[in-house]
Amino acid sequence: MMGTMPAVEMKGVTKFYGNVRALDGLSLEVQEGEIFGLLGPNGAGKTTTIKILITLLRPTEGEVKVLGCDAVHQAREVRQRIGYVPQERALDRFLTGREHLHLLANLYHLGKQEATQQIDRLLTLVDLQDKADELVSDYSGGMKRKLDIACGLIPNPKLLFLDEPTLGLDVQSRIRIWDYLRQLKAQGMTILMSTNYLDEADQLCDRIAIVDRGQVKAIGSPAQLKQGLGGDRLLLKIAPAKSDQMGTLAKTLEEMDTIRRVRYTDTALELRVASSEAILPAVLKRVADAGCHVETVQYSRPSLEDVFVTYTGHGIKEEIPSEESLTGTAHE
Amino acid sequence: MNEALQEITAMTMRWFRRLSREPITLVFGLIQPMLFWLILFGNQFKNVARLPGFQGTDYINFLTGGVIVMTVLNSGLAGGVDLLFDKENGFLERLMAAPIHRSSLILSRFLFVMVITGFQILVLLVIAYLFFGVYPVSGLGGIALILFIGLLFGLGLISLSLALALRIKGHGAFFSLIGFFSTPLIFLSGALVPIQAMPLWMQLLARLNPMTYAIDAIRGLILHGFLWRTFLAVTGVLILFDALCLVGGNLVFKRSLG
Repeated sequence: MMGTMPAVEMKGVTKFYGNVRALDGLSLEVQEGEIFGLLGPNGAGKTTTIKILITLLRPTEGEVKVLGCDAVHQAREVRQRIGYVPQERALDRFLTGREHLHLLANLYHLGKQEATQQIDRLLTLVDLQDKADELVSDYSGGMKRKLDIACGLIPNPKLLFLDEPTLGLDVQSRIRIWDYLRQLKAQGMTILMSTNYLDEADQLCDRIAIVDRGQVKAIGSPAQLKQGLGGDRLLLKIAPAKSDQMGTLAKTLEEMDTIRRVRYTDTALELRVASSEAILPAVLKRVADAGCHVETVQYSRPSLEDVFVTYTGHGIKEEIPSEESLTGTAHE
Repeated sequence: MNEALQEITAMTMRWFRRLSREPITLVFGLIQPMLFWLILFGNQFKNVARLPGFQGTDYINFLTGGVIVMTVLNSGLAGGVDLLFDKENGFLERLMAAPIHRSSLILSRFLFVMVITGFQILVLLVIAYLFFGVYPVSGLGGIALILFIGLLFGLGLISLSLALALRIKGHGAFFSLIGFFSTPLIFLSGALVPIQAMPLWMQLLARLNPMTYAIDAIRGLILHGFLWRTFLAVTGVLILFDALCLVGGNLVFKRSLG
């Protein structure tokens, strides 16, 4: 039965390495035909998630289905139908590009003619025809990554997994690889990738899951996630007259209808507002009325970075007060 | 079954292809025993021929069997290292993500190392004949049996090496461990001197070393011809050694490759 079955389904997946909990009840669904991104800091559990999905790791607990097959009990069926591009440039420097593709074609049991056609097609796709018969040790970083992706596409998969596909690449190669992924999506392929580049998640992915400490903290399209933060972000650096003044000031600001959320530290205020321009004069007035001195004002439309920081509680420390240091109340 | 054959062929071809791109590893695998053992030891230890328990006319004759088995030891114990490199750089993961029989990977490695080891044995016999005039008195049939014994010993060694490669962290530790064990194995084996010339405690240890038996059989074939009782006893010992290594190895393969 071919319904609208999700391409990937994870429910309450936990993974322990010894005593270390890498995944902590992670759940997510990836729909057919989308580019889905796992966004998170290093060590968040992205790679573990992918390795469980491609059946190289068994979950300690939880349910994992890939293209309708159980990733533990039907591992072989899953492997047959997916493609995988690992994080490292996992290539054999003593082989040529074409030899890599032939090796993998045999491991996916392609017939001779089928293999040759598929390999020519993929070499054209990733633009490596001219270099196909050179040893991989002579390839540049970008070329290695392109070959990596071609290797992952050998089985003509319905679902492709990529672990940090553009890690460490120059800008041109990155854009080229985004382009390939968009082409594959246009052909109907489902793509699940991990990344710790915010712009990559923002520009390439239809939906993303923000992963931190082995859990999905937020899931949705980049636009939805940004909207979910509730409007513009207004940041004021303040020299308070008295040390306990910030709490009182925050309370008076919270009373304003157009302010959705107030957070503060001893020297900074962060406000979520519908429109910074409209509310700024009123805010400045209240700050001045409280006898505080405003040092700097910054405002911004929410970016994916804001989303990231909001849900994970860490980010660029000197600019954005972290979750731990913000003691304010939130009303949304 | 057809699929397994396709996988094993493709992966075995890869090992040969790698070797053809870096043939120096094979050359050094042959030069090392030749240079160090046949020339250095052959000249320095001529007087070993006066030791009790010595068989044969001169030391080179005696040493050839030991050199062959030492080559099998080196080749077999290093047999897992390419798998370890694959594990270290992530290539293994790529192979394992494909719908292959896990055993195909292991079998391709056995096949490759066995062929290389057999080739090395034959080349050593040719060199021993051309440069030192050593020729097995048992003739061509004897050479076939030398090959058989060498590979029988190699089988267990490869299994150990593959298991080690899959369990150990990195190739630094791998080579240290192999180096640590291979030297005492050689000196406690009768490769260089007859074990009857060793102190009693060394003789006892040498009797626990499967290498001693492989050397006994091969040396017998070179120096004396067909000593069937020795040959059968050695075959039995080596089959036992292989069985232990393969059973142990299989547990590790299952655990590591799932």
